[in-house]
Amino acid sequence: MSSAVRQRQSLMFRARSYMAFAITPQAPIVDWLAELDTSLERSESFFSGHPVALDLSSVNLSAAAIMHLVENLAERRIRVLGITGVDPAIEEPGLPPILRGGRGPQMTAPEMPKASTLVVNPAPPPRQQPSSLLIETPVRSGQSVVFVDGDVTVLGSVGSGAEIVAGGSVHIYGTLRGRAMAGANGNSRARIFCHRVEAELLAIDSYYKTADDIEESLRRGPIQAWLEGETLKISALN
Amino acid sequence: MGQVLVVTSGKGGVGKTTSTAALGAALARGGDKVVVIDFDVGLRNLDLVLGAERRVVFDLINVIHGVAKLQQALIRDKRLDNLCLLPASQTRDKEALTEEGVAEVITELRTKFDWIICDSPAGIERGATLAMRNADAAIIVTNPEVSSVRDSDRIIGLLDSKTVKAERGEQVEKHLLITRYHSARAARGEMLSIDDVLEILSIPLLGIIPESQEVLRASNLGSPVTLNNALSAPARAYFDAARRLKGEKLAMSVPSESRGILNKLFGRKAA
Repeated sequence: MSSAVRQRQSLMFRARSYMAFAITPQAPIVDWLAELDTSLERSESFFSGHPVALDLSSVNLSAAAIMHLVENLAERRIRVLGITGVDPAIEEPGLPPILRGGRGPQMTAPEMPKASTLVVNPAPPPRQQPSSLLIETPVRSGQSVVFVDGDVTVLGSVGSGAEIVAGGSVHIYGTLRGRAMAGANGNSRARIFCHRVEAELLAIDSYYKTADDIEESLRRGPIQAWLEGETLKISALN
Repeated sequence: MGQVLVVTSGKGGVGKTTSTAALGAALARGGDKVVVIDFDVGLRNLDLVLGAERRVVFDLINVIHGVAKLQQALIRDKRLDNLCLLPASQTRDKEALTEEGVAEVITELRTKFDWIICDSPAGIERGATLAMRNADAAIIVTNPEVSSVRDSDRIIGLLDSKTVKAERGEQVEKHLLITRYHSARAARGEMLSIDDVLEILSIPLLGIIPESQEVLRASNLGSPVTLNNALSAPARAYFDAARRLKGEKLAMSVPSESRGILNKLFGRKAA
């Protein structure tokens, strides 16, 4: 079966990036709000209709103070879509969501990976440049490596029940027994390369093939997978 | 300072408890002071396999909750006085285990024994994670079949992330123990081969325990197979594994019943 199987329409997950203003309040907040008011007087509609990220890395506010600030901004018709530059521990119901993984001059340190879910977001590079993640150990069953900023290279094998999610391409030099998802944020030019394919699932930009759809002649051999239109193609790598 | 070993697998019924008892007895026979701890709170078995079920008064949970002192809960084996058992509670569940309590008990045992062997329950929940939490090394018990191998792979991932050593950035030493291995069935392709298992799990091999009636017989008699019939094929495989744990380099082989010394003797007598 060489014709690709189209992804069912019901479930499509894509990570997407959007542009947003980030505003950075300075202490004391009262003075900063007064300053903001002066600017708003000059161009009243500057923020209206635009969601804004609140970068709190230059102030140290409690959850209650943040909530108060968000209310003050709402009175000025500034809608806060999320906050950044705060200790993730501060999260509590009522607060805007905490944004992570953004690129900006004042991004917070990446959160420590959770025990079995390895979510890797590198520290922001000084200039935006291609980034990649290298994993030198086997990826075990149940582990999930998510790296949306670029390519993922695994030197070992990826176990059955493990998954690799990359914004760019996925390169696996061992055996792929689990899932590999490339181009996770909508990059249809991403590819999957692996030294030996026994995969449960291959996906590029949300188009996928399960183990059953991978041609028997390709199994247990080196392959690459890429997207042609809406078709996920797999061929042997020799 | 004693070394803390966890015997774990993810999957149930692969031989964790049997292996804990057999290796514990094998190490104790070599003269080391050994304690085996049952972490399967609510479904304890290690006491049965060691034949100590009638002597359980206090258990691990009692010690953690301060009801009993560690010395009161330890049960000395009748055959080997340097082998002790710390039983699990049968009437409680895994929620009764606390991280601090377990750490305290292990710290105290480290000063008294050469080997502290933690028999993990199946699964990846509280009992299993607390059994592996303080381990210096892990014995991953695997049967040569796909579901057991995948569960073991999952457990290895947890050993690399949820243990105290892993959180300090160190590595828990890992040993693979393949149990219930049947060479004829592996040759016919009905079981995964040793090479397949090693390729998937990529951790060093500690030993290969052949499938044998002796294991069941010993368990039913309440005796570790290494004490019940030390010359049987599985017992010899466990003794080799115990020597490898102590750092000896031995050639890997699968002992078989027919080549046993006893069988040879009997064979001659019969002839």
